[in-house]
Amino acid sequence: MAAAPEAQGFADRRRASDHESFLAHKRLRWLKIAAGLNLVAILGYAFAEVEPRPNGGTWYGYILGTIGALLIVWLSLLGVRKRAMTPGRWSLKAWTSAHVYLGLALIVIATLHTGFQLGWNVHTLAYALMMLVIASGVYGVWVYALLPHKLSDNRRELTQAQMVDALAAVDRQLEQAAQPLDRADADRVIAALAQDPFGHGLISRLSGRYRGCRTEAAIAALDAAAGDPALERVATLLGKRLAQLEQIRRHMRLKAMLEVWLYVHVPVTVMLLAALTAHIVSVFYYW
Amino acid sequence: MAAQTERVKVAIVGSGPAGLSAAARAATLGLSHVLIEKAGHLSDTIYKYQKGKHVMATPANLVLRADLDFAAGKREAVLGIWDEQTGGHRVNVRYDTEIGSITGAKGDFVLRTRSGEEIAAETVILAIGTQGNPNLVRCPVGEGAVVQYQLDDPAEYVDEHIVVIGAGDAGIENAMGLAADPQQRNTVTIVNRSAEFATAKAANVAALRAMEAEGRLTVLTETTASAIDPGTITFDTRDGERKVRCDRVIARMGSAPPRAFVEGACAEFEDNDGKKLIKPGTGVQFTSADRVAYPRLSPTFESTVPGIYVIGALAGYPLIKHCLNQGYDVVEFINGNTSLKPADEPILQAKFKDLPGQRSVDEWLAAFGADIAIFRDVSPLQLRELMLDSEVRSYRRDEPIFVRNDTGNSLFAIAEGSVLVEVDKDDPGKVVPIGKGSIFGEVGLISGRRRGATIRAAEPTVCVELSRPAALKLLATAPGAARAVERISIERQLLQMFGSGLAPQDVAELVDAAVVEEVRAGKTVIEEGVDDKDIYVIRRGSMVVEKDIGGRPVFLSYLPAGSYFGEMAVIDGSKRTATVKAAIKSEVVRFPGAAFTALLARKPALRDKALADMDSRRKVNAYLESHAGAASGAVEYYSKAAQFLVDNGIGEATDVLLIDETLCVGCDNCEKACADSHDGLSRLDREAGRTYAHLHVPTSCRHCEHPHCMADCPPNAIKRGPDGEVFIDESCIGCGNCQRNCPYGVIRMDAKAPPKPGLLSWLLLGLGPGPGEASQAWRKKNARGEPAKLAIKCDMCSGIDGGPACVRACPTGAAIRVSPERFLSAARLAEETD
Repeated sequence: MAAAPEAQGFADRRRASDHESFLAHKRLRWLKIAAGLNLVAILGYAFAEVEPRPNGGTWYGYILGTIGALLIVWLSLLGVRKRAMTPGRWSLKAWTSAHVYLGLALIVIATLHTGFQLGWNVHTLAYALMMLVIASGVYGVWVYALLPHKLSDNRRELTQAQMVDALAAVDRQLEQAAQPLDRADADRVIAALAQDPFGHGLISRLSGRYRGCRTEAAIAALDAAAGDPALERVATLLGKRLAQLEQIRRHMRLKAMLEVWLYVHVPVTVMLLAALTAHIVSVFYYW
Repeated sequence: MAAQTERVKVAIVGSGPAGLSAAARAATLGLSHVLIEKAGHLSDTIYKYQKGKHVMATPANLVLRADLDFAAGKREAVLGIWDEQTGGHRVNVRYDTEIGSITGAKGDFVLRTRSGEEIAAETVILAIGTQGNPNLVRCPVGEGAVVQYQLDDPAEYVDEHIVVIGAGDAGIENAMGLAADPQQRNTVTIVNRSAEFATAKAANVAALRAMEAEGRLTVLTETTASAIDPGTITFDTRDGERKVRCDRVIARMGSAPPRAFVEGACAEFEDNDGKKLIKPGTGVQFTSADRVAYPRLSPTFESTVPGIYVIGALAGYPLIKHCLNQGYDVVEFINGNTSLKPADEPILQAKFKDLPGQRSVDEWLAAFGADIAIFRDVSPLQLRELMLDSEVRSYRRDEPIFVRNDTGNSLFAIAEGSVLVEVDKDDPGKVVPIGKGSIFGEVGLISGRRRGATIRAAEPTVCVELSRPAALKLLATAPGAARAVERISIERQLLQMFGSGLAPQDVAELVDAAVVEEVRAGKTVIEEGVDDKDIYVIRRGSMVVEKDIGGRPVFLSYLPAGSYFGEMAVIDGSKRTATVKAAIKSEVVRFPGAAFTALLARKPALRDKALADMDSRRKVNAYLESHAGAASGAVEYYSKAAQFLVDNGIGEATDVLLIDETLCVGCDNCEKACADSHDGLSRLDREAGRTYAHLHVPTSCRHCEHPHCMADCPPNAIKRGPDGEVFIDESCIGCGNCQRNCPYGVIRMDAKAPPKPGLLSWLLLGLGPGPGEASQAWRKKNARGEPAKLAIKCDMCSGIDGGPACVRACPTGAAIRVSPERFLSAARLAEETD
């Protein structure tokens, strides 16, 4: 139906930002690199002539160990890269993509490095911590892939602050509406209003089950069918309050699930770096 | 009639910077004068600035020439100095006096005040600014009743019954402010004449409704006040009259611009169907009927009524320094000083100093006025002002003036010499000449898009380059210039669009028949299935093309300015195959199809090109039709998502940040990166904004083709950069106009954040607030001095290697920046679904 002018977009000179997730970044470039690295490591393990048997102390073991240690240090630098907003043609998405696939590649590289010799020592401690970091990271990738669209659906275009404001607006209406209620019912409403919606602890936040919810209790206790218009209005408002609370809870639950793994991933990484240092120092000390 | 109280040489109306400076000059020269101010204090506009506001002194290169001192500083300090110096100069001020009419002639003017007094004056200086007067309540107001038109501090009032009349934003904000704190125990009622709150922001209306639901204030709609008495107010409601208690009325019903008053000065009136109209040719005349027009003025600021002078914002100079200088100058002129050079003379001298020929500023201005077609209607005073916003340069033979695909929205006029346009991008030898006195660069000015061709000097040439605001001001105030630019731009757009091989005479028939039409957002230009034969060119704005497939409109494509459409039906004689409607308020040029067919008949090469274009579009249509019913729903999703984006202003965007919420984990690293890249303040709000099918448009600048923010920037600080980014430069004075004008709420006013300890100090030692925008409290605590609050907005990380930080810092690839013509194309849909 029409012809657009050629070469008129301002974007021509800009870098196009492609619409691809970190997992699919550049047509799975880092998956391919990581798989290649693993393939080479496995072939090397199979064909390397080492005596008396493959383990971390052979020449091939040292090569794998060096690669593994460098990878661990580089992977842990993502935390710095993410926060250091320096100029330059880098993208955090590319870093994340490489972080995920190279991190997974470590499973193969480090396992081959051990030569399947595990025991109760600082060396295996470093290996175990690394596997824990990787396991928490796998959970992270899984929730990153699964939860964002649920978070978006639940928000319904509201920001977190707007949800809290909406709750506060319902609360102010409830406070007015509860004035004509008798003492017992008024106390139930006051108790519901006084309860801190954020004070239920981590288990409730992650599970989404709030056993001691006084708003639910008040709804159950009020006899709205009695035909008292004041009571009906309070019941409606309590229903609104519960709906708003549930949206906030779902929001907090999803946010918590998206973040909780970092509380394992990051501290264990720090422990891993310490254990790795101990592992390397002890190996060279007792050489 | 009251007796004449005084007779003066100069009567100055309005005590803003311009009027104040004029009065101070008159007092210093010993001229008899009176300074008339409608408020009870000097300089009402600045007086009404919020407390402690930092007043800026731009332009920095303009010397101050006034009897009053002025330097950047706090509102209180600026006003304090003026109050003191006005007293020191023994300026004769009349406060609380509003002029209702001006009659008489030079040497014998009579200014009649609203209270019926008369002031006789030989000359009048109008320095009343552009604020206008608040609309007054029309019902009878009893003696002793309190009616006010402004609310400075809502916390001042306690235990009162207050009625706010007018439910625009000002009224709603006042009412909510008065009811905000229950401790004040005010009983607040807000009155709206209609049932809807049409003029207020949706957020304000929602907040008002919430307060009403909580019983904190009363909202009366379809109600007007019929009488105000001490202690009570009477309302006319839908259900009859109602009288309620009322201690105070706050009326916020908008204001009337001062133009009508100025035009009526010394005018003769005639009766027209019972309406009193100004007789043409009398009174103070304006340059056009346009809203932005200014009074017609001589180089000495004299209006079309001899003896009445107009200065300040009303004359088109909104900056304080200009105003102060003009006040000084105009009184010097009135006092017979004919040799005074304007204060901007050194600036113009500097602009012209590198031009060949050693001519004076006046000689150059005279030459521009005589030789350049678009300056013929322009007064010498206007020309001076245009030059302040323009550059004048000389070019050697063959020196390029601008290059194809450069960004730029300025307009060039050839003062001397001539230029050559390279019409074929592959063959620089193919050129079209443009001669002395003509213009070029107008396409960028009208559509806000890139330069379409390289232009170089054919001989030693001098060109005037008008900045976009200067050029727009010129077009709005000089109708002759507007007509000249329009014809030239249509002709050149046709030549450029249809490619090489065409000469101006080939398209002359089309240009003569062209009609420029304004199309409001959403209006259909072409309707599918209808049998009409016009073809259209989009001059500004953008269009969307839709096709009815299976009873539903399916989005086919997005057309930016510079596209043409409607030629298919003309070429093959078929009915319209799709509907084209405006995505935003647009301007199209309509050409009759017959003239186009005749052109195609004469130019077979053009005909072949048009047929090839048509063929590729038919393929896209066929693809969409064949996939429309598919189970995946891809076409429907694409169509609805495209419509959503257009509804959210993408139609006028050039580059917009989108968030794919199937990938966004809510880490807000985009906001943190933004803050860390720009003075510690984030220029985007990720969470706010609309979402459709997980496609989220956050609150962040879209870099509109015709930025609303640019419309009313007193220091002209908002510009478009080399990559199309719209940015605010350091000359921002913090007035907040751009923030109010932006329909997308992406501009914030804030003070630069103090520097933070480095990342490692935070990571290892926990020093400072960490990455991202520091809390308001931290910024306040660590601020050095009291930095001015200035407007900040996205500049697309211009000048930062690597490009937009928000996109670079997204760990999952959710944040993307797109230009609409690429994002909204059916070709992309085909890519994504295959």
